[in-house]
Amino acid sequence: MRGCFLLLTPLEFTVTSPKLSLRKVMVYTCFVWLFAYAVFFFTENTAVLSSAIILTLAGMMIHIHFVKVDHETLLIIGSLGVQLSSSYASGRESTIFIEMNKLKDIVINEAVYMHSIIYYLCILIKDPADPETVTSVVPLFQSSNPRLNCLVQVYRSCQEILAQSR
Amino acid sequence: MVLKIFFPQCCNTADSGLLVGRWIPGHNSAVVLAVIHYPFIPGQVKKYLSELQSQTQVDLTVLGSWSMPKEGQEGMDSFLKDLSTIFPQECWLQLSREIGKRGFTCQVVQNNGRLLQEQKNGDDKIVLIHYDQRKVMLSQLHPVQDVGQKSDVEASELGLVFQTVAQSQPLFLLDKYDDGPLKLSHWQSEGREASIIAELLKQASVPVCIFLTWLLSLWHWLCSFRILHLRPVLFISSKLSTCVQSGYRAVHFKTVFSPKKAATHMEFMRKANIFVSFLVDIALGLLLISWLYRENRISKLADTLVPVADVSMTHITSHLWKSLESRVAKELQELLEWLMGAPAGLKMNRALDQVLGRFFLYHIHLWISYIHLMSPFIERILWYVGLSGCLGLTFALSILSDIVALLTFHIYCFYVYGARLYCLKIYGLSSLWRLFRGKKWNVLRQRVDSCSYDLDQLFIGTLLFTILLFLLPTTALYYLVFTLLRLVMVLFQGVIHLSVDFINSLPLFAIGLRICRPYRLAEGVKFKVLCQEPGTPLHLMMEINPLKCSSVLQCYRTPTYSCYPKDSWAALCKKLFVGELIYPWKQKTAKTD
Repeated sequence: MRGCFLLLTPLEFTVTSPKLSLRKVMVYTCFVWLFAYAVFFFTENTAVLSSAIILTLAGMMIHIHFVKVDHETLLIIGSLGVQLSSSYASGRESTIFIEMNKLKDIVINEAVYMHSIIYYLCILIKDPADPETVTSVVPLFQSSNPRLNCLVQVYRSCQEILAQSR
Repeated sequence: MVLKIFFPQCCNTADSGLLVGRWIPGHNSAVVLAVIHYPFIPGQVKKYLSELQSQTQVDLTVLGSWSMPKEGQEGMDSFLKDLSTIFPQECWLQLSREIGKRGFTCQVVQNNGRLLQEQKNGDDKIVLIHYDQRKVMLSQLHPVQDVGQKSDVEASELGLVFQTVAQSQPLFLLDKYDDGPLKLSHWQSEGREASIIAELLKQASVPVCIFLTWLLSLWHWLCSFRILHLRPVLFISSKLSTCVQSGYRAVHFKTVFSPKKAATHMEFMRKANIFVSFLVDIALGLLLISWLYRENRISKLADTLVPVADVSMTHITSHLWKSLESRVAKELQELLEWLMGAPAGLKMNRALDQVLGRFFLYHIHLWISYIHLMSPFIERILWYVGLSGCLGLTFALSILSDIVALLTFHIYCFYVYGARLYCLKIYGLSSLWRLFRGKKWNVLRQRVDSCSYDLDQLFIGTLLFTILLFLLPTTALYYLVFTLLRLVMVLFQGVIHLSVDFINSLPLFAIGLRICRPYRLAEGVKFKVLCQEPGTPLHLMMEINPLKCSSVLQCYRTPTYSCYPKDSWAALCKKLFVGELIYPWKQKTAKTD
């Protein structure tokens, strides 16, 4: 990734999150179903069992479709813009594209959260009419939260491309 | 600097020819719109382009040449180079593609004949972005901006690209299969798109719109009679939700049925949303009617309504919850008798209790006799009122809300009596309490000042204070009971109004468009890297990123006269405690564009 950079080579960084752990799924399912069986034992109502099944299925589907992020990608095309995309465990992809004239800078911010300091990479957005003020901050890699050494690598490559495209 | 060329996917397999498009000002990029095939006469090409330029306000030019050599077409290359002299441009693009290879080759010639200065890494200064022409033409980028609002330099590049393709619709009318002098290739070359039904509907809609606008003007003339503008009539009609809803619908119809074509995207979406939600409203209303009039439900409703019409309410105190089938005027009577006794173990002041109880009982007696007078006509009235459901579900709901309001009018009256009595008592108590402590309310300074009273003033004041204080529980209990009944009614009416408002403001057309044709409403674009070989320019695929459903609702919601709570919870509680009359739902006047 280092070395001689071509201005237009689109640079793509993908950070992968750990996959859905089978053991956790089994533990949760067993918990819910044992609880449902216990309630059924006392109430003798089969609706409890069917509702437990439906609840488990619905919960799992919602989790893999809306919550569990599989990998996040940052694609920089110098002179066009930056594209952020997160892909969920069910295959759904949600993408945002930020044009180059709206992008002010890419920086690493540090935040103090309880007892620890966390680092995150973020994009500063500006309004093309007013280039000096930062209108919003878009944090990257929210779900996978890579560590500082990984962020620094990404940061350096991004800065080289941004410097060339200005 | 990097040169970006937006190339339509439909022209990937087009025969060799001239590239026609537009240079995007301020961004060093070009949009290719179509390919003009050989043979052509340069004079005719120039004439055609200038005609289109005046028609579409888009500055179309010849961008360069496109060559996809087939067998037996060698020698094209030199011909292509000579073309750049016929169409003098600042920058002349030469795109070429060989069958079997994925990437294009691209060369840019500047008008002094020299090729663009190349870096040591060859053709990497050019990016080719492929786009689906039909989808980009039909799509609308959000947030929607007015045409010509921003200067071109500040406008986003993608916005300009979308705008260019959308405005160049007349360019796509001529095709390579036509018999004219020019043969063009664009998205229509894959198959001409048209629908007979759509065209017929468009032709038929104009006279229908004119007729409906005439009907609407007739309605407005009826509504403008002097007699309807008298103060009492205006006041009543502003309180009845049916009149409000019908006025609101009339405004909607004026928007939808105007014979003028919608100029901007937002106007078109507004018209379409109103029209579709009106149709759905009518359909739901007809469904309701068909359900209501089957199996003689109307008469069953009338039978239950007459006894229930003496207001069906549930009691507030725990040991008085009764079933809804019992006659509730009777229930109210029992409630009052309970209040006149020793309610919940509290000891009331007997005399005041009897007075208040008898007063309210007499009112109920009047109400019951009124209801019994009306009872033979209730079924007929309900039958005709139920027919109003064919005007829409919102109408039926508004009428229901009005009927409920009329039938529970006596609860409203009781509430007002109880509240006024309680309010007077509270004010008296607070003023006499100040006297008890030796203070006075200074109206001039709006604050509490100390004051020295005479002995007889103090004596009478203290006496009155004690009387009012010991009569407080009785009045407070009556007030509490009737306020709670009133709050239940207000809640019920609020729910009906909220659902009417929901039906009115839901943008069904926009939601349907988002589900069935997601490319029409675009939030942005997505890029995918197609081909990245050394020696060829970078190829990217641009796809449309559809708008999120929540943004669709937020952007295209029809503004309505929504009711929302006027006071915050704290203010409401304070008003209840002091005894002020509460009107919790405030109606916003509809926003007009």
